[in-house]
Amino acid sequence: MPKDITKEQYSDMVKKASPDSPVITNCIKAFFVGGIICTIGQLITNCCRIFGLSMEQSSNYTSIILVITASVLTGLGLYSKLGKFAGAGSIVPITGFSNSVTAPAIEFKKEGFILGLGAKIFIVAGPVILYGVLTSIAVGIVYYILS
Amino acid sequence: MDYLKAFVVGGIICVIGQILIDKTKLTSARILVLFVVCGCILGGLGWYQKLVEFAGAGASVPLFGFGNTLARGVMSEIDEAGVMGIFTGGLKAASGGITVAIVSAFVMACIFDPKEK
Amino acid sequence: MAKHRGKQSMEFERSIAIVSASATVGTKEGEGPLREYFDVILTDNLCGQESWEKAESKIASDNLKLCINKAGLKPEDISYVVTGDLLNQCCGSTFGVRSLKIPFFGVFGACSTMGEAMGLSSVLIESGGAKYVLCGASSHFASAEKQFRFPMDLGTQRTPTATWTVTGDGAVLLAEKDEGPYIRRITTGKIMDMGITDANNMGAAMAPAAADAIYQHLSDFNFKPDHYDVIATGDLGYVGRELLIELLKNKGIDISKNHIDCGIEIFDRELQDTHSGGSGCACSAVTFSGMLYNKLRHKKIDRLLFVPTGALMSPTSVQQGESIAGIAHCVGIEN
Repeated sequence: MPKDITKEQYSDMVKKASPDSPVITNCIKAFFVGGIICTIGQLITNCCRIFGLSMEQSSNYTSIILVITASVLTGLGLYSKLGKFAGAGSIVPITGFSNSVTAPAIEFKKEGFILGLGAKIFIVAGPVILYGVLTSIAVGIVYYILS
Repeated sequence: MDYLKAFVVGGIICVIGQILIDKTKLTSARILVLFVVCGCILGGLGWYQKLVEFAGAGASVPLFGFGNTLARGVMSEIDEAGVMGIFTGGLKAASGGITVAIVSAFVMACIFDPKEK
Repeated sequence: MAKHRGKQSMEFERSIAIVSASATVGTKEGEGPLREYFDVILTDNLCGQESWEKAESKIASDNLKLCINKAGLKPEDISYVVTGDLLNQCCGSTFGVRSLKIPFFGVFGACSTMGEAMGLSSVLIESGGAKYVLCGASSHFASAEKQFRFPMDLGTQRTPTATWTVTGDGAVLLAEKDEGPYIRRITTGKIMDMGITDANNMGAAMAPAAADAIYQHLSDFNFKPDHYDVIATGDLGYVGRELLIELLKNKGIDISKNHIDCGIEIFDRELQDTHSGGSGCACSAVTFSGMLYNKLRHKKIDRLLFVPTGALMSPTSVQQGESIAGIAHCVGIEN
């Protein structure tokens, strides 16, 4: 009987048998969808500027409008379809953050408003906020010392 | 012209994310965390703001921009309120986005049921 | 009495017949290549229930009743029901068999559950302690995604090695009878772990278990691979199938001619965008209860080796960095 295959040998076999993700096509799709979302953001910002809002306010309004739009699209079941097509193109913009808050909220509401919706709403956004805040504190400490 | 800049820069940032997903098998949750943390560091160094000034929404809409907002919030709060700003500045600057995200998520959850792909 | 054969196998003396089989599937499976073989194709994957989990139990419950009805029996005629699913603590089955009032053995073998259930049910019949034994397995795409991966509405891409969990329930009713097909022998698999950690590549995690179980089965009974008309694995998908064939070739066995995989059969990869194929407890269960049982009855297949495959893991074990262990059980079925 031939010798049994080792884990290392098997790992090589698996690599050979498993098709790679179509990186090039995925990147092109991500580029266009991500680019379009940002362009829409620019359009909203420019409109806010026309109404005489400051740059700071305009970019806040832009975020808010994009977040609400993505949340509604998630509720309608359309954002997951966009995500399947665009990959990172719809994950990386702020709309992806909004989707990652709304999707678990909808999915886990059957487990109740407190421990279902209430707790699970942060399964993806929680780590984002946690590590974002931790990094900002580190940045703040360095900035305080230097200034 | 700002539209073209926003489109190209925003697109390129998304391509970075796509390459990370396809090459490293990082889940989308990890990508989001990574982008916010990186954006925050780049923001702290003052580099990211330069990109925002160049590309507008192309740089502020991707999650790097969210990290950048946290860093800038902390720094400007320190300038105004001193050491306390380290703790209050970040979330204060990001509060609009986070609040709207969770409120609209709650409303959507009340209205809609999950849909199969 | 059953005889112990070789290292891991058992041969039955009684004529353990599969007297009826039923398969209920979801909408996507109902659009697939096997649609003509299924008894019930749902038009709504929620089944009028309020959650995916409740829908899965409802599918299981209705399909088990259908299987009993098809044999012209009533739930009180059944000695035992042996079923399992993928949800935590086998809740899909628990609430699926709740209304049947039949003594219940809940089993867990991940996607290999149908093989485990059929094997144990055969042992119950062989023991003489049971007359009719109902066995089955269920899974639901949405409840599985929710438990093991991400919420439905999260916009993510699936990798090319990922499989699609089958929505549905497959059930068979066993009894000692003079009309085949009969379950002749079983080989119970060992847990095989080759260190795969990618939860999106289940086929690779399970292929070594399938190879080991098939190899063991053939050597325990001293069979050549062509003893069986068809060797049907559970849900290896395209990636797993390639690995299985290669692993067995390495042991001097060639099953490339008579091997099929339920996960490959159930969907049209191009049209239905299912990547590596179908998976889940229901994948092998509905393919057997639908297509394979039909072909056995009509003598298009006379000897079938049914090898459901399972990836053993939980969301917790994956998060803690544990590898994904595989298992496979062989059920030898002949006319």
